[in-house]
Amino acid sequence: MKDFLKGLWGQHPVFRQLLGMCPTLAVTTSALNGISMGLAVIFVLFFSSLVVSLIKKIVPNQVRIAVYTVIIATFVTIVDIFFKANFPQISRALGPYIPLIVVNCIILGRCEAFASRCSVAKSLLDALGMGLGFTWGVFLLGSIREVLGMGTILGFQIMPQGYNHLIIMILPAGAFIVLGLLIALMNRIEER
Amino acid sequence: MKEVIKIISVLTIVCLVCGFLLSFVYSGASEKIESNTKKAISDAIANLAPFAENIEEIKLGEKIAYKLFDKTGNLTGYAFIAEGQGYQGKIKMLAVIDINLEILEGIEIIESIETPGLGARIQEEFFRKQFQSLSVLPQITYTKDIPENSNQIKAITGATVSSKAVVNILNKRIKELSTHF
Repeated sequence: MKDFLKGLWGQHPVFRQLLGMCPTLAVTTSALNGISMGLAVIFVLFFSSLVVSLIKKIVPNQVRIAVYTVIIATFVTIVDIFFKANFPQISRALGPYIPLIVVNCIILGRCEAFASRCSVAKSLLDALGMGLGFTWGVFLLGSIREVLGMGTILGFQIMPQGYNHLIIMILPAGAFIVLGLLIALMNRIEER
Repeated sequence: MKEVIKIISVLTIVCLVCGFLLSFVYSGASEKIESNTKKAISDAIANLAPFAENIEEIKLGEKIAYKLFDKTGNLTGYAFIAEGQGYQGKIKMLAVIDINLEILEGIEIIESIETPGLGARIQEEFFRKQFQSLSVLPQITYTKDIPENSNQIKAITGATVSSKAVVNILNKRIKELSTHF
């Protein structure tokens, strides 16, 4: 249970370990993009951890990173094809970021640091925890930026009419600002 | 030596398994992806040329164009696909042009992998809008300042290469088209 929970808060991949910054900052222009990215990462992380944990004994140490990368790339390509076939809109919005999950350091990091050393069950719990942690992180980030920048959440208008859109929140600078504030907030809560 | 053989065999097996898995998934999904692209094209035509009631596909050499007919059956323009190299990869777009191949009705980007936040902004309305009623004679040009002529667009700040690519791809394709009609 500890392996699952630590990804949600104590060792949160985005706010604590500061892993996967590229997708975190780049795709969180809206809540929906955040969720889609999060789900894609959960899928890839779950199956990569499963496979890596299963074959950890037969993979020679010298080529382990190469093997992990091939496995991760395979699952990422599956996700990419799946989105293209079933959700072309989202696939377009996420653009090159789906293929870039290959180099998302959360996944390689968890495979190397955890799945290649622990039992299958523990690795799966770890992958789910980290994946869900990442998802709520990017969803929160995306929601805040969407509300402030566009006045909507998941496409629904929530800010009153005449609300002055803070366009900077949608731009890259907004991602850094919100991320910084969220990390500060999290540190503050931890301190108490 | 034994170690080397183990390394090679593990890598080979992993790659083979992954390769088979991918080709299996792809063959299952390729049909759907193709129909999605087709739908994106017909949506784009409907968007750019609301007057088009009837669309006829024509083959020009290896490439495809579309004849657009209005309600009364008159030929009112053409739609065509233009693709070429952008900054990071292929840019594929659909454009609608008048019957004399002189004035663009507009463009839609079907596919591109330009840099998000910079080159990817060619998909945004403010950029695409510049191609509405744009003269293509003698050819489309771009500027980094305020456009002066009816055949000029303003390149996106920080993404001149992508903007230039869109212009060049269109120019090249329109030239090709003019040899057919």
